[in-house]
Amino acid sequence: MGETGHMLPRTLFEKLWDAHVVAAPEGQSALLYIDLHLVHEVTSPQAFDGLRANGRPVRQPLRTVATVDHNIPTTPRGLPITDPIAAKQIEALQKNCREFGVPLFDMDSAEQGIVHVIGPELGITLPGMTIVCGDSHTSTHGAFGSLAFGIGTSEVEHVLATQCLPQKKPKTMQIHVTGELAEGVTAKDLALGIIGRIGTDGATGFVIEYAGDPVRALSMEGRMTLCNMSIEAGARAGLIEPDETTFAYVSGRRFAPKGKDWEAAVGYWRTLAGDPGAQFDRVIEIDAAMLAPFVTWGTNPGMVVPVSARVPELNTFAQESDRRAAEQALAYMGLDPGTPIESIAVDRVFIGSCTNSRIEDLRAAARVAKGQHVNPKVRAMVVPGSQTIKREAEQEGLHRIFLDAGFEWRESGCSMCLGMNPDILQPGERCASTSNRNFEGRQGRGGRTHLVSPMMAAAAAIAGHFTDIRNWRFQ
Amino acid sequence: MQPFRKHTGKVVPLDKVNVDTDQIIPKQFLKRIERTGFGEFLFYDWRFSGDGKNISDFVLHMPRYQNASILVAGKNFGCGSSREHAVWALMDFGFRVVIASSFADIFANNSLKNGLLTVRLGDEQIGEITRRAKEIDDYRLAIDLETLRVEDDRGFAATFTMDEFSRHCLLNGLDDIGLTLQHEAEIAAYEAQHPAGAEMRLIARIL
Ligand code: SF4
Repeated sequence: MGETGHMLPRTLFEKLWDAHVVAAPEGQSALLYIDLHLVHEVTSPQAFDGLRANGRPVRQPLRTVATVDHNIPTTPRGLPITDPIAAKQIEALQKNCREFGVPLFDMDSAEQGIVHVIGPELGITLPGMTIVCGDSHTSTHGAFGSLAFGIGTSEVEHVLATQCLPQKKPKTMQIHVTGELAEGVTAKDLALGIIGRIGTDGATGFVIEYAGDPVRALSMEGRMTLCNMSIEAGARAGLIEPDETTFAYVSGRRFAPKGKDWEAAVGYWRTLAGDPGAQFDRVIEIDAAMLAPFVTWGTNPGMVVPVSARVPELNTFAQESDRRAAEQALAYMGLDPGTPIESIAVDRVFIGSCTNSRIEDLRAAARVAKGQHVNPKVRAMVVPGSQTIKREAEQEGLHRIFLDAGFEWRESGCSMCLGMNPDILQPGERCASTSNRNFEGRQGRGGRTHLVSPMMAAAAAIAGHFTDIRNWRFQ
Repeated sequence: MQPFRKHTGKVVPLDKVNVDTDQIIPKQFLKRIERTGFGEFLFYDWRFSGDGKNISDFVLHMPRYQNASILVAGKNFGCGSSREHAVWALMDFGFRVVIASSFADIFANNSLKNGLLTVRLGDEQIGEITRRAKEIDDYRLAIDLETLRVEDDRGFAATFTMDEFSRHCLLNGLDDIGLTLQHEAEIAAYEAQHPAGAEMRLIARIL
């Protein structure tokens, strides 16, 4: 690294990048060191096979942590897994972890959970790290001021073998939010509002850094929700500068540094914030006053409107390809242009996923559900992100509120976010979901997904249709 | 990885934007633990109805597009999930090239690792290729990675760009794990300065 390079003010991203460059060979991508590699059952078996075929070990088992989350059932643990192929995939991970010495939070672990939930809550995810996982929502961990991004299986193998990744340097984008989030407008709505504005490819090739008072005011749970959705705008990663909120969250977590190590770590983390005057390749301003509780109406997260609005008319799309995509989306979703969002009835409600299954999300949904009843036409389920969250919620009595109101209270996992386990929509069923993707068939073939915040999902379960949380009568 | 130099093949136009990896290969087919055999599930929900019957008006079923090896689509191809299974499915089905006006980052990376060429062209050029592929029987394109050219034998020609290093790896079918391991000394030096923290040793002890 040349002396002059450090004279220029740097963004958080640039500091993270510079701190992890192992080699920058002429004419090639830089080689980036990976501090933490999270592994799960779906995208890893072929990578471990590749290691075996080439006689390569896992270079740093101490920087690798595995869990099972994607295809495990959310029925009580201890019941057998009925899907034999899913069972085989889980067994493959268990076997691979044993063979290569990788620590695994297994099915029966008291800490099992969605990979992007357990990293932070156990204090494994720390500011200043580079983190990868064979899963696109790895961007979640950027909430801590760590450079975290999703990779494919070949890259999983690459990191297992070398603890490094060749990477083209992405461009930087700052999303600067001003004003204040109104009551009932959550981090999820901020994320949906941003994607609605810039589109699902609006940040392709960029790392987003979220800034501004409303971002600073978010809890770590909210920040994780926001960074989680970065990939839905096409971003390589999403970042938020670590601050006192971050340190307070990490402090005392099970695997977080302790004592002198903690002091030293915080000292370093404080140096990560962007320098005054650091430049971004692109800056986007978002006025929080323009945001509302959002509901997606189509088949990607950018097809979104405020709950008080209507499904858009087709002639509002300037580009022919977008108009056609909207038309196809509405046909799939079984909706007509101009339909008021609040008049759309739902069959199912899913509260869960790495976007919105943390304790704060469950508290928010429970506040709405308290003393109410799920509409008899609706089947609603709550799936905590991890066993730790499940226990915490039960200690607070949240599960009683949900169960009394008629929600199902299930074991932790990805569940109906992608429906690899038995939790799926039937063809034509309409679901209010706190997850992150409303792609065709994502929650089950022919299933119709509308993305919303946890409060909006709980309210839809009770009302039987979408309803504006800003008018909700809390009991 | 399969090297890629030149390829000439039949073109099939998908004529869709934002084709996500959930569409390319639905999640129920991600449970296989091999890299092979995904082709039969490619675009499953578009190709087959709920009871497993062919949806005959889907392009991949049309007789005129059988054995196509070049797929053409609109912007943001491969968005969504990081599943490399999407690339495996496309290649297993017989595709060697995808042409689109833009690609999602992870999909483009995954393609590169497997020798599937992703070619970025402008919207107008995509429109022109799509039109020709719909109108002309057995419409073929020749793609040359050495000269970075796409052309047919009826006067259409376009050039595309690709970063030099990616092109070099593709042309030579390089195993990039091997390339990284050439930097062993630098990796070891970095690791000596940045040992894994005590907390990671704790995890390994507990589990
Ligand atoms: S909850 Fe959904 S988005 Fe998150 S890791 Fe699981 S499947 Fe992926």
